[in-house]
Amino acid sequence: MEGNMNLTLQVWRQKNSRTEGRMESYKLSGISEDMSFLEMFDVLNEQLIVEGKEPVAFDHDCREGICGACSMYINGRPHGPLQGVTTCQLHMRSFKDGDTIVVEPWRAQAFPVIKDLVTDRSSFDRIISAGGFISVNTGNAQDANSIPVPKEDADASFMAAACIGCGACVAACKNASAMLFTSAKISQLALLPQGQAENATRAIKMIAQMDEEGFGACTNTGACAAECPKGISMENIARMNREYFAAEIGTKE
Amino acid sequence: MATSPKLDAKIPDGPLESKWTKYRSTVPLVNPANKRNIEVIIIGTGLAGASAASTLAELGYKVKAFCFQDSARRAHSIAAQGGINAAKNYQNDGDSVYRLFYDTIKGGDYRAREANVYRLAEVSGNIIDQCVAAGVPFAREYGGLLSNRSFGGTQVQRTFYAAGQTGQQLLLGAYSGLQRQVGAGTVEMYTRHEMLDIVMIDGKCRGIIARNLVTGELERHFGHAVLLCTGGYGNVFYLSTNAMGSNVTAAWKAHRKGAFFGNPCFTQIHPTCIPVSGDHQSKLTLMSESLRNDGRIWVPKKQNDNRPADQIPEDERDYYLERRYPAFGNLVPRDIASRAAKERCDAGYGVGTSKMAVYLDYYAAYERYGKGEVNKRGIHNASHDQILELGKAVVKEKYGNLFDMYKQITGEDPYVVPMRIYPAVHYTMGGLWVDYNLMTTVPGLYALGEANFSDHGANRLGASALMQGLADGYFVIPYTIGAYLANEIRTKSISVDHPAFVEAEKEVRDRITKLLTIKGTKSPEAYHKELGKIMWDKCGMARNEQGLKEAIQEIRALKKEFWSNVKVMGDADEFNPELDKANRVADFIELGELMCMDALDRNESCGGHFREEYQTEEGEAKRDDEGYMYVSAWEYQGDSAWELHKEELNYENIKIAQRSYK
Repeated sequence: MEGNMNLTLQVWRQKNSRTEGRMESYKLSGISEDMSFLEMFDVLNEQLIVEGKEPVAFDHDCREGICGACSMYINGRPHGPLQGVTTCQLHMRSFKDGDTIVVEPWRAQAFPVIKDLVTDRSSFDRIISAGGFISVNTGNAQDANSIPVPKEDADASFMAAACIGCGACVAACKNASAMLFTSAKISQLALLPQGQAENATRAIKMIAQMDEEGFGACTNTGACAAECPKGISMENIARMNREYFAAEIGTKE
Repeated sequence: MATSPKLDAKIPDGPLESKWTKYRSTVPLVNPANKRNIEVIIIGTGLAGASAASTLAELGYKVKAFCFQDSARRAHSIAAQGGINAAKNYQNDGDSVYRLFYDTIKGGDYRAREANVYRLAEVSGNIIDQCVAAGVPFAREYGGLLSNRSFGGTQVQRTFYAAGQTGQQLLLGAYSGLQRQVGAGTVEMYTRHEMLDIVMIDGKCRGIIARNLVTGELERHFGHAVLLCTGGYGNVFYLSTNAMGSNVTAAWKAHRKGAFFGNPCFTQIHPTCIPVSGDHQSKLTLMSESLRNDGRIWVPKKQNDNRPADQIPEDERDYYLERRYPAFGNLVPRDIASRAAKERCDAGYGVGTSKMAVYLDYYAAYERYGKGEVNKRGIHNASHDQILELGKAVVKEKYGNLFDMYKQITGEDPYVVPMRIYPAVHYTMGGLWVDYNLMTTVPGLYALGEANFSDHGANRLGASALMQGLADGYFVIPYTIGAYLANEIRTKSISVDHPAFVEAEKEVRDRITKLLTIKGTKSPEAYHKELGKIMWDKCGMARNEQGLKEAIQEIRALKKEFWSNVKVMGDADEFNPELDKANRVADFIELGELMCMDALDRNESCGGHFREEYQTEEGEAKRDDEGYMYVSAWEYQGDSAWELHKEELNYENIKIAQRSYK
């Protein structure tokens, strides 16, 4: 054993989308504070395999906080107790010996559970497909420096573009709203000169898709931005609303 | 030496500078009406896959794209940090297509193909244009124009970047383009799907067998052509900077069905990664090479010096890269920086509790940037602390996310104490052998991006992986695929009830059944760890004949044990990450053996391949151009059996020289 932390885990287990789930309790010992939260789950899974039990399914990939795959709801907070950190970057030094840790999947109608802690977030892809792009075919582009972009705009666009699409904003929101996610993409493109031509249709189409997927509305609680591992600001929601109203008033059809 | 008749690289005739321009103007075309009837399958949605999928769909082909992740946006290109190279010469510092070409060939230690690399340099500028037009928010200067930084192995500033998240921004740009086509119905997207075999009909690749990872169902998909954009195989070492899911399975299945594997032993060990902290470690985290722009690498001059970094005075520090390579200093290429770190640590000068680390120190950068800020803001009589604080703010803007990541993982604040770093497996230059069209030795089967072997020789320069992925997908394959598909316009869509599909699916099903019924005692993870240890110890940063021979025997024994003792939980007809993992580990084991054979064959040191028997007196890699100026292309011939084919490398435009960065 590498460390000396003893923990009790309460983990959501659910065989598939058609069956009901339940919380299961597991004891873990010898956890090191240098382990990441997911490495602690690796230890749990190895232990379960030795005992002949099914390991816990969870989404994860890059384990460096950028792919957006990991998605655990830890002690009532998406990605756990720290701010600005994904589950994979959370380390066990944020917990202490003897703790009980409750781990659930993202909970939202638009994110159905596939198995255990794994949910289906393809609704996000469909929102992007509805308008989260600039319609430029390969080969159409002019020289990159022929479009100067003020540094402040480029920086603000980048800040919005830093969204990793993990869904923590939805999981944190009491309405399971996807406004922060959707507005981040709308903002990124609305802040750049290249995005202007499609601003109106983009806002209308992406918001329509967001509603169709079953995400809730925004009541300005701010939980989304507070829990966002990438610090995406609620200003983006305000900008999206402006774009949307301008588009609704200004459309010709 | 003569090139094997089985390897026709199809390099166009004519002078280097006009090969590509002439070729793309004469390569056969498929007319728009015929494109609508031609189906292309793309495996993987990283930079190469996503850019190829959207571009081919824009051209009118019917595209099906597959990824094992839950969304195309999560492909591992997302994690690339530092930047993307392009010969724009926006800095007016002497850059050109030729210089990017030259740097890449030299950086690859003269083991890459001239024509491919020149084409890569030629299209590099178009990539930046395309990405900016698509809304990628690159870093900019106050005048609104694009900013550049330096990277290893070059003396110009040609790297475009978006903080330390360039890969993320480029991938999201390519992903947006892909999703636009998905929305338009021209690309059918299959997420959480893993390709488990290719289907061969009459000597051509005609489709794939994929497993739906949610339901476990096996699916058959027909395609006139199949593009593997599946990334590298660094996870054969278990610990690497690759994502947990990155694997060689698609490429390996293709290899077993006839695609030759090129230069499998050429792996890149990245010099600046966060050191291993314990046995629990599941992956290693890169600290971008861009950090070597401003950071200085050092160890104490005294062996086993246990003093904290800030108590070691300046004259007792050994800035060993600056000492050994004054011309390039901390910006030497990755292979050289990695070996130099290993040399210091092996000699007893390492730092930290494990002593397997060196310092990456930003103190000088804080002072330098801080003084610049003081001048800019017109602050007089600034205190030293004030200068440092201002300098830290500048560094935070450039590299903030990387510093935060370091702090999360190590629990140490890199703004206060120097970072500790050590080399780790990062990238694989080797991959499926492809010709100038990016086609493998299997007709109709292509490999793009890191999955092919073609552009980086024995060592890749920083910020060139993103360039190659997007070059292949946006600007190469859309043209070169015409050379094959123009002859396929009369091929009607083949029914997936064809016996070849039935047979391929049965093979896949039998293997899954076998994995699930062994019911042994050890998890796939445990075997992966064992394989990784063998590979790192004997086929890692330094290799020798005896070690490689031992490794081959150990891997064969491991393979035997795996197939009689692996324990895979769960069932075939459900979401089962353990089964996915077992499938991948089984392929990694076979690949590991081939990598060791390739390393054993290459009796020279070049780039990332360092054979201890072949080094100069100063410990630098000693190439053997007489004996080994070739691409090794291995043909699978059955269990643990391969035949080596050689493609001779001809340098007509570059003078071969001993690679020097001194």
